[in-house]
Amino acid sequence: MSTPPRAVQSGRAAVAVALRVLGVTALVGVAATVWLGLFVTPPDEFMGNLVRLLYVHPPMAWVAFLAYGVASLASLLYLWPRTRAERFDRLAGASAEVGVVFTGLTLVSGSIWGRPTWGAWWVWDPLLTTTALLFVLYLGYLALRRVPGELHVRARRSAIAALIAFIDVPIVYLSVEWWRSLHQAPTVLNPTTQKTYVHGSMAWTLLLGFASFTLVYIWLTAHRYRLAELQDLEDTEGLEAALAERRAEAVAG
Amino acid sequence: MLRDAVLVAGKDLRIEVRSRVGLNQIGPFAIAVLLLFGLALGPDRRVLAPASAGLFWVAVLLSTILTVQRSYAIESADAARDGLRLSGLDPAGIFLGKASAVAAQLLVLEAALTIGVALLYGARLSGALVLVGACVAGTLGLAAVGTLYGVVASGLRVRETLLPLLFLPVVAPVLLAATKAWDEALAGTPGRAGGWLDVLVVFAVLYVAIGIVAFGPLLEDG
Amino acid sequence: MPPAVRLHEAVALAGRFPLLAGACLEVGEGEVVHLRGPNGAGKTSLLKVLAGLLAVHSGEATVLGWDLMADQRAVRREVGMLGHQSFLYEDLTVEENLRFALRATRSAVTGIRPALEQFGFGGRLASIPVRRCSAGQQRRASLAVLVARGARLWLLDEPHAGLDQDGRDLLDELLAGSRAAGRTVVFASHELERATAIADRTVHLAGGRVVEPPGHADKLERAGTSEPVRKAPAHVA
Repeated sequence: MSTPPRAVQSGRAAVAVALRVLGVTALVGVAATVWLGLFVTPPDEFMGNLVRLLYVHPPMAWVAFLAYGVASLASLLYLWPRTRAERFDRLAGASAEVGVVFTGLTLVSGSIWGRPTWGAWWVWDPLLTTTALLFVLYLGYLALRRVPGELHVRARRSAIAALIAFIDVPIVYLSVEWWRSLHQAPTVLNPTTQKTYVHGSMAWTLLLGFASFTLVYIWLTAHRYRLAELQDLEDTEGLEAALAERRAEAVAG
Repeated sequence: MLRDAVLVAGKDLRIEVRSRVGLNQIGPFAIAVLLLFGLALGPDRRVLAPASAGLFWVAVLLSTILTVQRSYAIESADAARDGLRLSGLDPAGIFLGKASAVAAQLLVLEAALTIGVALLYGARLSGALVLVGACVAGTLGLAAVGTLYGVVASGLRVRETLLPLLFLPVVAPVLLAATKAWDEALAGTPGRAGGWLDVLVVFAVLYVAIGIVAFGPLLEDG
Repeated sequence: MPPAVRLHEAVALAGRFPLLAGACLEVGEGEVVHLRGPNGAGKTSLLKVLAGLLAVHSGEATVLGWDLMADQRAVRREVGMLGHQSFLYEDLTVEENLRFALRATRSAVTGIRPALEQFGFGGRLASIPVRRCSAGQQRRASLAVLVARGARLWLLDEPHAGLDQDGRDLLDELLAGSRAAGRTVVFASHELERATAIADRTVHLAGGRVVEPPGHADKLERAGTSEPVRKAPAHVA
């Protein structure tokens, strides 16, 4: 491996420092959200202490959807000939990975909240069902990404698969919603229509939750992106060595 | 494009008629699935009859996976992609041809399964127009998504496991809408199935269109 | 007249493994070229690149006037490939296979009868499924497809393998008549005597490149085949 030029090295160092600052900020934000949510904010008059889960659950769901949005946009940019670049492929992969993790967290935290609220770990609510299907949809996408292959081949088929999956999301949501509404209305409380008095400190905590989870998303995605970049770099640098080795077969043979 | 589609569909169906893999393997598989559902839910017809529509469509979904895998297996085994690419056929034509051959086989299978649910689960067949309409539109959507993911998976070492994982979550709306349409028809209220048929038609049109565009690049990969 | 095939420093990859590591080759229109080299030298890969099946990662590649770097697909209608696989549908008859291949490339289907007869499928043999044909007959059926398609560039990978004596003679006859028929042939073969007899020229491959014919070729080749064969990674993307 050749040593990269000084400018590239200092650039990488700056990125590394920025990432570290970002990571620390994100973690402090999450810690503050947890502290505020658990100890500072008052219990809700209807939901009691359960409301504390709501400081993390919606931010997690938001990050999951944000991640899929970014992955789809990056896939689209990769497929568009004029904007085709490997960085969009890496971004799509990195973002989808973080998205799947946060979808999992969303489902788990939602379930924990739903058990005492709805009396069941799981209800066939449109949002919930769509989220669960998204989870398996993107697990499939990640499985496809993991299939080895040449860089641009893998990138193109992954990008197409990501868009096929993305187009499915609204159809799934609308049909599941319709499917539910034709049944009798759920006997459980619908969290969106429930009037919850939002105390000042509660609103701030929720806002902080959204902000810090978004930072966590950026931080994780950036790390996954850098890892993918290094792997690709290893592949391309390995190519020179592989070519030399291959050519040497002629002499050895 | 259409000319190539007819050529490919004709070739695929001719091979299927001759090799009878669909008749000898996929058909019996689907019937076995129906029997197993019966065992899982018990012999009570009051339980089975209302569930017929859903069980029917789950059996169709599972059979679609096998039919798609078979559709790529006949392209001379491992050389599937190379053979199709060397043929000089228009990729969109290959997609349409393969998807229609898959759809045609599934429709035959669905006719048999319909008799199956009537006999085994005691479903009372009514609203024939809706039943057939849901089958046609739903099957087109299934065949389009299946053929599209089939070419992604073909030639990969993990194709048998990857195809179902990619395919099943995407066709969830088909399962839902087709089941509801059938429910309404079987319940004697086929007039209320209209919206569900629309979902099936939209899904089919959307994924056939995507297939026409995306099949070429996916075939070239690898 | 521009060459039928022109490769310059062509690199082709399977995953990270360079199948071709900068191959240079020129083949004139009407030439019959024999590719020679130890197993794993890149003969099959070179043929697949020329057929537009394997992407060229870097370098230059022009086949029959088509720039493969720009468009890999266009050339395929004009080349005929005979590889290790037969590309025939086992459940269709020889005649049906031929008809499908011709209609796929939009060639005239009138060539079917003569091609069938030329390759010994005159009678009932044309109407039995390929699955029930012998290996030699299947090989011949593939050749019949090449002839009927009227491909301008033939890419043959071990074409003599699996053919019976009559088939071999027929193939040699076809190759000998190539220049007159206006087609170019690139073929890989281990049967050196036969190959040298019919080829205009022999090109040596080693380590994914075209190399100078080694001074003591036979000795090297023997050493080469006894070397452990370097294989591409098992995955095929």
